Amino acid sequence: MKSLKCLVSTFVLLVSWFSSAQSAAERSDLNLRTGVTDISQQVYSLHMLMFWICVVIAVLVFGAMFYAMFKHRKSAGHEAANFHENIKVEIAWTVVPFVILIGMAIPAASTLDDMEDASKPDMTVLVTGSQWKWHYKYMENEVEYFSVLATQREQIENKFNKGENYLLEVDRPLVIPTGQKVRFLITSDDVIHSWWVPDFAVKKDANPGFINEAWARVNEPGIYRGQCAELCGKDHGFMPVVVIAKEPAEYAQWINEQEQIAVARKEEEQRLLAMNMSMDELMKQGQQTYNAVCAACHQPNGEGLPGVFPSLKGSALILNDQQAHIDIVVNGRAGTAMQSFSKQLTMSEIAAVVTYTRNAWNNNTGDLVQAKDVNALMQGE
Amino acid sequence: MTTLTDDVKDPATDDASHDGHAHDDHSHDDHHHHIPKGISRWLLTTNHKDIGTLYLWFAFIMFLVGGAMAMVIRAELFQPGLQIVEPNFFNQMTTVHGLIMVFGAVMPAFTGLANWLVPMMIGAPDMALPRMNNWSFWILPFAFLILLSSLFMEGGGPSFGWTFYAPLSTTYSGDSTALFVFSVHIMGISSIMGAINVIVTIFNMRAPGMTLMKMPMFVWTWLITAFLLIAVMPVLAGVVTMVLTDKYFGTSFFDAAGGGDPVLFQHIFWFFGHPEVYIMILPAFGIISQIVPTFSRKKLFGYASMVYATASIALLSFVVWAHHMFTTGMPVEWEKFFMFATMLISVPTGVKVFNWVATMWRGSLTFEIPMLFAIAFIVLFTIGGLSGLMLAITPVDFQYHDTYFVVAHFHYVLVTGAVFSIMAAVYYWLPKWTGRMFDITLAKWHFWCSLISVNVLFFPMHFVGLAGMPRRIPDYALQFADFNKWISVGGFAFGLSQLIFLALLVKACRKRGEPVSDQVWDGAEGLEWEIPSPAPYHTFDTPPQIK
Amino acid sequence: MEQNVKPKTSIDEGSLRAAPNNAKTVTKLVFVVIGMFGFGFALVPLYDVFCDIAGINGKTATTAAVYEPTLIDESRSITVDFITRTNTGMPWEFSVQTKSIDVHPGKLAKVDFYVRNPASRDIIAQAIPSISPGKAALYMNKTECFCFNHQPLKAGEEAIMPMTFFIDPQLPDEITYFTLQYTLYDITERVDEPVSVAMNKSQGR
Repeated sequence: MKSLKCLVSTFVLLVSWFSSAQSAAERSDLNLRTGVTDISQQVYSLHMLMFWICVVIAVLVFGAMFYAMFKHRKSAGHEAANFHENIKVEIAWTVVPFVILIGMAIPAASTLDDMEDASKPDMTVLVTGSQWKWHYKYMENEVEYFSVLATQREQIENKFNKGENYLLEVDRPLVIPTGQKVRFLITSDDVIHSWWVPDFAVKKDANPGFINEAWARVNEPGIYRGQCAELCGKDHGFMPVVVIAKEPAEYAQWINEQEQIAVARKEEEQRLLAMNMSMDELMKQGQQTYNAVCAACHQPNGEGLPGVFPSLKGSALILNDQQAHIDIVVNGRAGTAMQSFSKQLTMSEIAAVVTYTRNAWNNNTGDLVQAKDVNALMQGE
Repeated sequence: MTTLTDDVKDPATDDASHDGHAHDDHSHDDHHHHIPKGISRWLLTTNHKDIGTLYLWFAFIMFLVGGAMAMVIRAELFQPGLQIVEPNFFNQMTTVHGLIMVFGAVMPAFTGLANWLVPMMIGAPDMALPRMNNWSFWILPFAFLILLSSLFMEGGGPSFGWTFYAPLSTTYSGDSTALFVFSVHIMGISSIMGAINVIVTIFNMRAPGMTLMKMPMFVWTWLITAFLLIAVMPVLAGVVTMVLTDKYFGTSFFDAAGGGDPVLFQHIFWFFGHPEVYIMILPAFGIISQIVPTFSRKKLFGYASMVYATASIALLSFVVWAHHMFTTGMPVEWEKFFMFATMLISVPTGVKVFNWVATMWRGSLTFEIPMLFAIAFIVLFTIGGLSGLMLAITPVDFQYHDTYFVVAHFHYVLVTGAVFSIMAAVYYWLPKWTGRMFDITLAKWHFWCSLISVNVLFFPMHFVGLAGMPRRIPDYALQFADFNKWISVGGFAFGLSQLIFLALLVKACRKRGEPVSDQVWDGAEGLEWEIPSPAPYHTFDTPPQIK
Repeated sequence: MEQNVKPKTSIDEGSLRAAPNNAKTVTKLVFVVIGMFGFGFALVPLYDVFCDIAGINGKTATTAAVYEPTLIDESRSITVDFITRTNTGMPWEFSVQTKSIDVHPGKLAKVDFYVRNPASRDIIAQAIPSISPGKAALYMNKTECFCFNHQPLKAGEEAIMPMTFFIDPQLPDEITYFTLQYTLYDITERVDEPVSVAMNKSQGR
């Protein structure tokens, strides 16, 4: 019976811990967060309502059982009674839970209806998942970019100390305005991913070939972090979602800047087309790009993972057909994790990385690929 | 059935005694009259008790193999960063751990218990189809050899999760997929044969007077489970076949490019998958309904309502599958339908829990090992059930879905639910099987170590899940680090605790311990407690009379 | 074991009673198993039926609708956005010439899509439509669409692909706005037809 008391006190302790923790911090390590949208707050209260109903049910049922275990034990001299049915009681404990369920279903259904708001949004972002990064495209502006894990490999491999936002940081977060209805159209280029921002109570699967939608109206500016929630292959654990919510004026300024940067970058790319880079320059930039983008699958030593990701070392495609090599980097190969890099990398980066892979690890083809070669392939010249 | 007709023709059966040693002269009839020795006894056996033993040992070995994989997972997750395995292998571990525990440990263990107990409980001499019984067991080891050997292929084994969502398992998977599909087919065939055998046995082999509503609850729950099995295992076979043809034969069931739809995969899979969940829990309900009355010295409360509750859980399980898929994007009306239907399941499940408590109420309770496991089951399964109720609420499920909250939920239901019930059953019937009491000290150690460690293992998963840790990730953010350390410690402790169980079982099989009476547990009622301990190789050649 | 010497009476009857029944029961159960295996496959067309009823995944009809120019609901107008994407491995340029249009339900509207094949090989494409919110797909009627057929382009070729549609006036009032996405897939290796068959498109630019 000692153990019984122990169990009960542990339970009480846990419950009090649980309830004190949620009021203490906004990002709890124990509980759902309240989040920063009206919907996420509704979801949170619904969660707590369900939780406490469950706790009450558990206390009643286990209480009765532990009472019986204590009072009706044989060692206390209790003789067994001789009843084995009672229609009234049985009907009662079928009907009462049913009524409780209706009480749970009504607020749940109304929250669901609130989530299903089809009214016109203030802005739309197309979110595309691919192995293992997110791509954001602002439908109302000429801005689109990839958002890739920014945590250093060395941190993951325990060579450097881990930073505060380990695995929850990206190079370019999604930026949205506060107070506006932002619609997320969600889709995928390869397998199923799931775009999840806990603070918005938004989790929607990205299905290849189909679009899903979700929306959020964020109340407070801030940085909100989430992760991919559907197993999507090797680096499923390494494709976080980071969203920055800015005041509308600040957001407007930001998106204008981004549009200008995008234009400037295009001009720069055109300018680079006319330039030829030296082998050294190409190899240096190529190695950088390779380690940042390609090494996750093909490995830093170019050998890939046998049976999963092909080796680039001595690969027939790389040693022979230069056009096919550029093509696979530009367009990707359907049905494999090899995706199109024409949007993620500039033409000079593609040129550099192709040059690098054609000359590193004893591939030694001696081939130089320039940005204009990549451009020629992309333009079909 | 052929063996039964053999019996009829054999004049030796006219003999009153069925003691094997008395009939050495009839050694040609190796089915009936003596216990054959050596390996061929186990390879060729058609005896339900032998096959039950084989199933149980197989399940236990698979439990240890799948558990070893869980240890790899927990070792990697002990602290943030990648230290022991690389992500691709980690995914293979989560996948194969799931497949082995579901198809290799829990399901065969229940089939083993059904083999041992169903004939003894309904007064039948054996299963109805003994030769098929032999087959349905002996193809299983091959299925798992194929699955496990795929881990050694170049590129490794299946790494797409035990739910093998397309297109990760089709277009984007390695060639081990073919082996995976083949082994799932064999497991499916085995389960279907086992289920057919159980149904035919229960329908046709009951002793005179054993009406359906007099059957022990374990038999009832298994009958309903068997119907679920033959209804959904073929659907699983169908969906893995589609995965195979999509991958290798150019069909596009799940490929948008060819007009298919990856979400269709999930619909078909979960149409199998949800009833599958009940396949793994209904027999557990039956076991608990046998054990609780024994140690309460009181009849099961609400027998009839138990039967109806089991049947309604089984029926409802066919209309709730899409609650696994709320985030795939479906019309709000569907979300509401599947939410309501799922919540409804808690009514019959609640009836069962209330009935167990009512059985204990004003009983005369003692707490032998099987009862300890049964009580742990009731408490911990109910916790899993309540978190399941929370998961049914669609808007909140958007937050819970694919996090460790889900992992906590289904491990409470499957480990402290199904697995604890299997352990309870083994402790309950082991003395009947071996004729001797198991080592009670070891059993107590096993129970208390398991109980504590399993909660250290799974309870904090609720917290990390709510705090936002997705499932199936090999590395995690720093805020989850403390709990994960505890979870891993609990995991290792739970794994080691099972070695106590192994020691106990080995000891029991070597016939150590005090001989037990026929009834074994004072308070035990049912046909299996009226036959001698240990249960003779052949029982109920003469049907018993049911009062 | 000594105990198990109950009077021997009915084992033979018991077995005889059981044997013929077993075969019958097994046969029935095997039919159930075969039936359920078939049902697994039947779920594939059934799913399409459900999609037509409920609009899961925003799938649109794969055949042309017939336009009946009777009812035009001028009291409201619906905004339709278009998104064009190409899948991995598909080198085509693919864009829509009108990114967003406002249209009265019941009124016929036409949108042109531009494609160019910059690759040095001939490619056959298939466009897969998807509408969000999915429910809107039920009211989207296309009288002419490039997505009904395979779209071949020779190396370096370009084309304008038209799509004509009207929105069913029955569209629920709460939907004022929806998005139609087309994803282009390279299906050259899946089909055996020659690239010269030009369908449903006019020469562009």
